[in-house]
Amino acid sequence: MSSLERADVARLAALARIDMTDEDLDRLGGQLNAIVDAVATVAEVAGEDVPATSHPIPMSNVHREDVVRPSLAQDAALSGAPEAEDGRFRVPQILGEEA
Amino acid sequence: MSTMTYEQAMEQFDPVFGIEVHVELNTATKMFCGCANEFGAEPNTQVCPVCLGLPGSMPVTNQKAVESAIRLGLSLGCQIRESSRFARKNYFYPDLAKDYQISQYDEPTCFEGSLDVVLDDGTVVTVGIERAHMEEDAGKNTHVGGTGGIQGASHSLVDYNRGGVPLVEIVTKPITGAGARTAEVARAYVATIRDIVKALGISDGRMEQGSVRADVNLSLRPKAAAGEDQDAVPFGKRSETKNVNSLRAIERAIHHEAARQAELLLAGQPVIQETRHWHEDTGSTTPGRSKEEAEDYRYFPEPDLLPVEPSREWVEELRGTLPEHPAKMRARLKEQWGFSDTDMRDAVNADALDLIAASVEAGAKPQAARKWWMGELARTANDRDVPLRDLPVTPEHVAELQSLVDAGTINDKLARQALEGVLAGEGSPREVVESRGLEVVSDDSALEAAVDEALAAQPDVLAKIQDGKIQAAGAIVGAVMKATRGQADAGRVREIILQRAGVEG
Repeated sequence: MSSLERADVARLAALARIDMTDEDLDRLGGQLNAIVDAVATVAEVAGEDVPATSHPIPMSNVHREDVVRPSLAQDAALSGAPEAEDGRFRVPQILGEEA
Repeated sequence: MSTMTYEQAMEQFDPVFGIEVHVELNTATKMFCGCANEFGAEPNTQVCPVCLGLPGSMPVTNQKAVESAIRLGLSLGCQIRESSRFARKNYFYPDLAKDYQISQYDEPTCFEGSLDVVLDDGTVVTVGIERAHMEEDAGKNTHVGGTGGIQGASHSLVDYNRGGVPLVEIVTKPITGAGARTAEVARAYVATIRDIVKALGISDGRMEQGSVRADVNLSLRPKAAAGEDQDAVPFGKRSETKNVNSLRAIERAIHHEAARQAELLLAGQPVIQETRHWHEDTGSTTPGRSKEEAEDYRYFPEPDLLPVEPSREWVEELRGTLPEHPAKMRARLKEQWGFSDTDMRDAVNADALDLIAASVEAGAKPQAARKWWMGELARTANDRDVPLRDLPVTPEHVAELQSLVDAGTINDKLARQALEGVLAGEGSPREVVESRGLEVVSDDSALEAAVDEALAAQPDVLAKIQDGKIQAAGAIVGAVMKATRGQADAGRVREIILQRAGVEG
């Protein structure tokens, strides 16, 4: 059984910039524990002979030549932005963060 | 403001420091996409779905960036990991389009190195290198409203042209034992890294444009009692001063932080482990966010990129391409060029070494190349407030200019005028000499005519010379130089005057 505390969930929510109510924390805390437990069952079948794997496909060194390819036009780049100004993405005031 | 000085702080405490240097690579394209890696374009014109972090886009590693990172790692004496991988570093900030930065965490490509740093007086300090890893740069925020800083801004604007530009981050091990020379060692270390990346040709090394950026970690611990082992004293809490972007600022930031921390400690207050911002104008730091614990970044292996597994053959091949260590190169050049310690140090500090070397390569004598770059050109660069190498003068120009002087086509004074023309964009020294008509008048008949005219104007001088007062010829030489607007060969003019007077020189 995993044991994500309520405080852990609140901390994760803060890091992910998700505003959560007390009810959200209670409800999602329980769900997250169920998910973590489900993932943890992998450990039961992974024996000592199975190395930890981050990339399941046995491939490496897939690189690209250092050759410039066309970029998006500025208006296309900004077309999905909720707001734009002076050719830049306009984002809300950044508070309580580093400059 | 701190009332304590750096020197006082160093008397009372033992400093421990570490430096993270970010080197922006000069690849043609970004780290994980084919957008151009070029400084100064219109905002958001060098972006694509990959570097904007649009859903469904997939990064692919730039081969050249991997090569540059390995060459840099080898230059720092690092081992090159047989299998390394990328990781996501998660944090939220608008300059990060994906809300994570692709970096390397537990398996950096280069690790366990060491670098010899030579101080001005020749002392060699060996700095341990923890790791050198690949990552991508973030975009650029501009804060709008308020005073232009983040405080009081109404909103911010983001340009992602720099987002995804390849970086190598070099992290030192904690450096101890430098004592009062800490600031000097830190500066020399960053200067050495800058010189290495330039010599490797993997970055332009321009600190003023952010191509080489340093974060300085510093902590103080009590001095060990006499006879006790300083290394047994635990480290103090450290601060990390971000984005210290000139060699001088590195020294100043360490001076400031050491004094600030010493003052806190002596007052019985704790030093908070935090990120601090460097302010060039006041020479001080202010707190940023408290240093997040490493796990707050929730690093995990980047699933969209495959491991980097450089073959040992390739690594050895790259090792064969490494240039001479900058300190060794300097010692060699100093010897070859016959420069004094001061000449050499001044040239290094003015970032003129490669310009002088290239001028010598192009045919100039070392002392002549030094004279032009460190004299006339350094003054102009200073007046224009630009780096020396941004002047519109090339090493080939300097070599050509000096060859014109050596050939007697122009004298030193005319050479300065020719250089002015080159600086004004009028062409090469030879072209300026021709277009401005700067050549020394070597046509004897023209000089003779000028001498005769001057003698006629001052008849008493001729008599004085004939009386043996040869120094009186100076007045005539001056008059001829004036008449020819400095374009006469003064030595030749003197000879003609003496011939006219019928005396031996």
